[in-house]
Amino acid sequence: MSRLGGEYTLKGILRELVGYKSAVVGLIILAALLFISIYTVIAIPYSEAKELWKGSEPWLKNPKNAAPIWVNLFSRKKLPSTIILSNGEVYTIKERGRERVAVTYTFNYKYDDFPTEMILFVTSNRSSRVYLKLYWTKPDGDEIYLGKYRVKPSTTTPIYITNNIMLEDELNRRIIKKLGKKPEFAITVIRGLFLAYTGKLEPMKGKYTFTIVPQAKDLSGLDMELVIHGKVHGLTGTDHLRRPLSIALMWGTPIALVFGVTASTLIAFTQLAIATISGWFGGKTDFVIQRITEVYMILPFLPILLMISLFYRINIWSLLPIIVALSIFGTAVKTNRALVMEIKTYPYIEAARAYGASNLRIIFLYILPKIIPPIVPSIILSVPDYVFLEAILAFFGIGDPTLPTWGKLLHDALENGALYKGYYYWVIEPSLMLVLASVAFALIGLALDKIVNPRLREL
Amino acid sequence: MLRTLKFLLKRALSLFLTLVIAVYITILIANAGGYVDEIMKSEIRMNIAIAVANNPAYSGLPASQLEKIIETQTQSAFKRLGLDKPFFIRSFYYLRDALTLDLGRAYYMTSDSGSRRVKLIILERLPQTILLFTTATVLIFFINMMGGLYLSRRYGSKPDKLLLTLAPLSSIPGWFYLILLILIFYTWLHVLPPGGLVDYPPPPDKLGYFLSVLKHMILPLSAWIISYTPIGIYSMRNFFLIFSTEDYVEVAKAKGLPSRQIEYKYILRPALPPIITSFALSVIASWTGAIITETVYGWPGLGYTIAVAIGLFDAPVIVGVTVMYAYLLVVTVFILDLVYGLIDPRIRVGG
Repeated sequence: MSRLGGEYTLKGILRELVGYKSAVVGLIILAALLFISIYTVIAIPYSEAKELWKGSEPWLKNPKNAAPIWVNLFSRKKLPSTIILSNGEVYTIKERGRERVAVTYTFNYKYDDFPTEMILFVTSNRSSRVYLKLYWTKPDGDEIYLGKYRVKPSTTTPIYITNNIMLEDELNRRIIKKLGKKPEFAITVIRGLFLAYTGKLEPMKGKYTFTIVPQAKDLSGLDMELVIHGKVHGLTGTDHLRRPLSIALMWGTPIALVFGVTASTLIAFTQLAIATISGWFGGKTDFVIQRITEVYMILPFLPILLMISLFYRINIWSLLPIIVALSIFGTAVKTNRALVMEIKTYPYIEAARAYGASNLRIIFLYILPKIIPPIVPSIILSVPDYVFLEAILAFFGIGDPTLPTWGKLLHDALENGALYKGYYYWVIEPSLMLVLASVAFALIGLALDKIVNPRLREL
Repeated sequence: MLRTLKFLLKRALSLFLTLVIAVYITILIANAGGYVDEIMKSEIRMNIAIAVANNPAYSGLPASQLEKIIETQTQSAFKRLGLDKPFFIRSFYYLRDALTLDLGRAYYMTSDSGSRRVKLIILERLPQTILLFTTATVLIFFINMMGGLYLSRRYGSKPDKLLLTLAPLSSIPGWFYLILLILIFYTWLHVLPPGGLVDYPPPPDKLGYFLSVLKHMILPLSAWIISYTPIGIYSMRNFFLIFSTEDYVEVAKAKGLPSRQIEYKYILRPALPPIITSFALSVIASWTGAIITETVYGWPGLGYTIAVAIGLFDAPVIVGVTVMYAYLLVVTVFILDLVYGLIDPRIRVGG
C-alpha cells in the first residue's frame, strides 16, 4: 500500500481540516490550552510558580484538602468556605478586678458541615511576649474557655486552637454532660466547638462569638486574624499542603504542551533522518541501521528511562535528549524506510540522478518533501504519549519536585489516598487536563491523517 | 532448500547477535555503568567494619590492627563476590550468565518465599502478570480483529462512524483509565476493589479465591480494553479495507462468490501473516507486564517487580526480566521467519 499522496500546501490542509467537525473541536481545545499557557507564563513567572509550589508556608490561610467551591452547587449539604475575620470589636472588661481590653469577632455560621481547622494568627510588634486568653460563645449562648496561649515577640505566631488536646478533653466532658451520654462519633476540637446538642453529628447554625483577652494593658503592637478553615476553597480546591491546585493545573499546561510537542517532533524527525539514510544509501549502512532497530526492539524503554533519570536525578528537560536517544530507532524507522525505498524507484528521482544531483539535493528536495506530509499526523498523534510520559515520570518522583505539573498533581493525589478518602476533585482536575490535551491532539491528528493519506478516504 | 537453510542460519545468527548486544546494553545501564558495584562495595566494607567493631574477640586491639583485619576481610569478601575485578571485565561475566539464563541473585529483593534467586522472583510473579495482561492482550486482539472485520464490511455505516468518533479514546493510556475507573467503581459506587490480586483475607475455598481474583481483574481489563480497542479496531478496519480493494478480490466478487467465502479466502487469509506476527509479539510483550498499571493497581506481577527493582537499582532483577523477554522475543521472531520462509516464497527471496 502506498501512503504517498499528492502535493500539499499548508493553507490547503488547514482549509480541509476546518471541514472536519472533530478537528475543529480539537483546534478549539488546543487554542484554549495555548491561551492558558501564555496567560500562565505571563501571570505567574516560572520561578514564582516554583516558589509557590515549594511548601505550605505561603498557604497557611488555606484549608487542607478542600474541594472546589462549585461542589456546593451539586450537593444539598452546603460545605463551609473558609472564614477569615480580622476586624474585631474592641471593648474593655473587668477581669478579677483589673481592667482588660477584649477583642471579639462575630460571625454567622450557616453551613451544613463542620469546618476543618481554626488558627489564630497573631502578629506581634511588641518587645516582650504576651499571653492571650481565648473564649468561644456558641449561638445558644454556651460559653467555652479555649485556653491561654503565648505569643512570641516581634513575629507572627499561628495559634493552632484545634490542635489543643486539653481542649479536646474538656469539650468531650462538656458534650457528654450536655447530651447525657457519650455520642456515637468522636469529638475533635472543631466538632466540639461547632456541634449542635442534638445527638446527631451536625453543626449548630447561628451567631458565634470569638473573644480574645490579652493579658496586657492594651492592644498596641498586636495584630490578630482568625481563620476558620472550611471544606471548600477556590475554583480548584487545595491539596494536602494547602496549595491551590490551580497553580499546578495552569503551569502544567505549558509544560505538557512543550514537552509533548518537542519530544514527538524531535523523535519523528530523527527517525525520519535515520530512515532516509538507511533507505537511500542501502547496503552496509542499511544493514547496520536495521540491526540497531532490532536491538532497540528488545531494550526495555521505560525501565531504562526510569533508571537513567533516577540515577542522575535529572529534570524532565534534560531527560528529553535521553528520551529521543531511546526512541530514534523505533518501529517508525522501518515504515519510513519502506517509503524511501518506494520513492527511490520513482522516475523523477532517476531523472534527478541523471542530471547529476547530489545525494543531499535529492534527499532534501525530492524525497523529504514527499515523506513529511504522511508522517505529520503520526507526529501529532504521538504528542499525547509524551504528555502521559511526563505523568509517568512524575509517578516515579522523577524531575524537579517543586515544578508543578499535571502528573505531579495526580501522583500527589494517589499517594495521599485521594481515591480512598473520596477527594474526587484532586483526581478529576488533573485528569481532565490530561484528557483534554490528548483528545485535542488525537482529534486533529486523526482528521489530518484522513487528509494527507487520502487512501483512507477513497476506500 | 539449501538456500532456505542458509537464509535461516543467517537470520538466527543476526538475531542472536541482536540479543547479545541488547542484553549487554541493559547490563551496562542497570548497573549504572559500574556505579552499583561501588555502592555494594561500600556497603560490604561498612558491614564488615561494624561486625569487627562489635566482635568481642577483637576488642582491645589497636586501631591500626583493626584496620588491617577489616581490610583483609573486605578484600576476601570482594574476591568471593568477584568484586575485585574491574566492572568492565565483570560486565562480560554478567553477560555470560545472562545469556546462559543463569540469572543469579538479586541484590536487595527477595521472593515471597524469602529467596534471593532472580529466577524464583520472576517465576513467582510471572503467573499473575500472564493472568492479567496476556488475557487482556488476547481479548483486545480478538475484539480488534472481529471489530475491524465487521466494520470493513460496513464501511461508512453508523457503527463505523461511531468508531471514528471513539478513536481519540485511544490517545489515553490504559493505566490512566484504570485510575478513572477506580474513582467511579470504588470511590463512588463501592462495588469493585481498588486494587490487589484477591480480597484480604483471601477466601479459603478454591472457587471463592477464583471469583475474588476475577473480580479484581475487572477494572484493569476494562481499562485496557477502553484504551486499546478503538484505535485497534480502526487500524484493523483500514487494514482489511486495503486488502479488500485488491484486484483478486474484485475478480472474486465479479465471479459472484458468496461474500463469506470472499472474506475468509481472499481477504483474511492473505492478511493473516502480519496479523499473526503482531499478535505473537504483543503476547510476548504482555509477559513483562505493565509497570504503571501494576503499580497503580498494586497487582503483584512482573511489572510491579520491575518498578520496585528500578527504585532499588537491583540490576540482576532488571537484567533477568530483560533477558527472559529478549529470548522469548527472538525465538518467536525466528519461528515466525521459519514458518513464513517455508510457506511464503516472497519473504525468502526478500530476506
